[in-house]
Amino acid sequence: MADYQTFEYDVLVIGAGGAGLRAAIEASSHGLRVGLICKSLLGKAHTVMAEGGMAAAMGNVDDRDNWRVHFADTMRGGQYLNNPRMAELHAKEAPARVHELEAWGAIFDRTKDGRILQRNFGGHRYPRLAHTGDRTGLEMIRTLQDHGIHMGIDVHMECTILDLLTDGGRIAGAFGYDRERGRFKLFPSKAVILATGGIGRAFKITSNSWEYTGDGQSLAYRAGAELMDMEFVQFHPTGMVWPPSVRGILVTEGVRGEGGVLRNNLGKRFMFDDIPDNYKPQTADTPEEGWRYVTGDKSARRPPELLTRDHVARCIQREVREGRGSPHGGVFLDIAWIKEKIPNAKEHIKRKLPSMYHQFKQLADIDITEVPMEIGPTTHYVMGGVRVDGDTQMACVPGLFAAGEVAAGLHGANRLGGNSLSDLLVFGKLAGEHASKFAKSQPAVKVNPQQVDDIARTALAPFERVGGVPPYEVQHKLQDMMQELVGIVRLQPEMERALVELDKLKELASKVSVVGNREYNPGWHTAIDLRNLLTVSEAVALCAVNRKESRGGHFRDDYQAKDPEYAKFNHVLKMEKDGSMSIRREPLPPMTDEMRQIIEEQSK
Amino acid sequence: MSEGKTNSGPQPTEATFRIFRGERQTGSFKDYTTRISEGMVVLDAVHQIQAEEAGDLAVRWNCKAGKCGSCSAEINGMPKLMCMTRLNSIPLDKPVTIEPMKTFPHIKDLVTDVSWNFEVKKTIKKFKPKKPEADGTWRMSQADADRPQEFRKCIECFLCQDVCHVLRDHHLHSEFIGPRFLIYTAQLEMNPLDTENRLGDLKNQHGIGYCNITKCCTKVCPENITITDNAIIPLKERVVDEFFDPLGALFRKFRSNG
Repeated sequence: MADYQTFEYDVLVIGAGGAGLRAAIEASSHGLRVGLICKSLLGKAHTVMAEGGMAAAMGNVDDRDNWRVHFADTMRGGQYLNNPRMAELHAKEAPARVHELEAWGAIFDRTKDGRILQRNFGGHRYPRLAHTGDRTGLEMIRTLQDHGIHMGIDVHMECTILDLLTDGGRIAGAFGYDRERGRFKLFPSKAVILATGGIGRAFKITSNSWEYTGDGQSLAYRAGAELMDMEFVQFHPTGMVWPPSVRGILVTEGVRGEGGVLRNNLGKRFMFDDIPDNYKPQTADTPEEGWRYVTGDKSARRPPELLTRDHVARCIQREVREGRGSPHGGVFLDIAWIKEKIPNAKEHIKRKLPSMYHQFKQLADIDITEVPMEIGPTTHYVMGGVRVDGDTQMACVPGLFAAGEVAAGLHGANRLGGNSLSDLLVFGKLAGEHASKFAKSQPAVKVNPQQVDDIARTALAPFERVGGVPPYEVQHKLQDMMQELVGIVRLQPEMERALVELDKLKELASKVSVVGNREYNPGWHTAIDLRNLLTVSEAVALCAVNRKESRGGHFRDDYQAKDPEYAKFNHVLKMEKDGSMSIRREPLPPMTDEMRQIIEEQSK
Repeated sequence: MSEGKTNSGPQPTEATFRIFRGERQTGSFKDYTTRISEGMVVLDAVHQIQAEEAGDLAVRWNCKAGKCGSCSAEINGMPKLMCMTRLNSIPLDKPVTIEPMKTFPHIKDLVTDVSWNFEVKKTIKKFKPKKPEADGTWRMSQADADRPQEFRKCIECFLCQDVCHVLRDHHLHSEFIGPRFLIYTAQLEMNPLDTENRLGDLKNQHGIGYCNITKCCTKVCPENITITDNAIIPLKERVVDEFFDPLGALFRKFRSNG
């Protein structure tokens, strides 16, 4: 029998970033017993790194904005593979979620008349992102954290969930261990909300922290839930490229929103050369018009640097591949140039982009108010994830919910910048609400002791093996392989090879051994993360090899165009009885007449 | 704080790191020599050592970009974030000492138990907004937002707590909330929408009087927050006005009644 402590809840929330905190606050406000699991310390989750802002059609800066425009922008950005119901809920409810944060103590930047200021971002027709300088994620997570600690939520810091528990097909809770001391913890719960974020650590170059190992996707998958659209990984166009130790760290899109431009080594603004047809009516013809847009001229259209992330990342990749890149394999992002346009530009940049100024100064010895930055694409976000019901956020396993990056649907084939923070709040709240309803309707759960014992034994196995492979070695091999074979530009034979390599890595991962004891042992933690990283890597590769077209975050050199046949379905993955991963095509959820009409009217 | 001196000349290809291993009572420093390359920070070196020769070396980190405040440690005796300390800013001709923060209970290697901080925060009265405008939202000028926004930049790395002598040397954790939570209180008190009063708590249970303004906290803040001048001193003044200035108190009483 495994030795463990037991903590029983009505609703267990796994993950304490924006979505998890918002879900826990919601469930707690329904008077339920709520447990909140953080893999790291409270307030350190990846949300803290979000920079630019949260998209909400409040119309504070441009009163032409409303939920219909936001809905249409989100669908267009997602290449219409989005779950339209989620896109609708998101666009409608985001403004209320932003105001709610202010009621809980958040302090956003202000307009001249004292309202919440909104900034420009890629793919958003009007200035839409509520923000606090370039540290909006910190503002958001701290506000939720500081509000949540007064609500009686039980917080388990530095705790990793090993597996979900089921009871006759429904969710029965989760089993995990505390990372500080290595002791097991059992959480019997009537409902479980996954809010674990993404999968960036499956790749070598990423803006994501160590926590992003695809835990929620893998936990759900092993518990019988379905994954969806995992081929759609977002490579953010602007990550740092130099020096090597900071490669991948994010440079906010806010730099371009404030007037930053992209140039190749010939000094040319190459984004003007490649504007997709469906964005031409909304994109500036000249640099002069682009500048007018970022300075608030409502008659101007946005500069091509603010096209969607998938497109900008590919254009950068092309410049580099064709020999027009910067010295360290990126291109130039220049905000310093605005000194030609405005007085005291230096102070302006430092005030609007303080973290970026600090980050480059300290990590790269570069003063961004004086010289251009060198940037290149970095793995940033996964649009795919756990397949959920658009209204309730429940997966196909009763009692299992998912919100935020771990869930699929809202973003389709490509996410717009700023739609993530609003996603966390809107669907965190909804998941909390529906999980609470579900928990209230259920009798107590029964935990199967055999299931618990099996999970504990699997977790401890790396200690039993002696002289095996070090876990870091498998992790690095996986990251190198995924970066090379299933990265930003994809090819059939490479992805087929990736699937073969994954089998070999699975074999290798089953032989890892760790040294030391269970107390705060990063080697052991890494060994445990490997299983999840391998699952999500397989999911990405399997979906990608089956989508023989280019769309959104998924770009194939051998099928460079969009194919209308592939515009009709989502990819859905499931674990079969023999443990293998199956893939099927599921027709897109239907759109209402009103939705179709909005998209039609907004495409002009 | 001012940045360290940058070494001139070519960087060495190897450096030795003297890392504290084990638990506080029984542990000791151990030397690791590892390769170094351009732009590396201390956390990179620790990770490389972990991956290559010390698989169970415990270190807490998350974002590696100075935004989450997880990787606090004492590098050559100075409280710093490991992810923001570049190797070319410290001398490498002798071993670089890396040890855990001293003010908190130790867990293992470079990791301390910082849970006390999370308990302290719960004792501070939460944000209580005034009534919104007719449309349900609030108005605030950017100038009024600027002041609390400075304190809201805090990434909770707890380096200021680590260096504060009231906590570090006198261990008054039960009577003094430390600089982190004084600026936390300051941002609440200076939020133009807030209506709560925390001055009594500051004076009594939160021990603001213990701070004697040595500004050590300000010097180590990786976010360059002017902790002492902009937060603690104004709070001390408010406490003095509230409790030790009977004329002013009388005046305020009449004004608020009028």
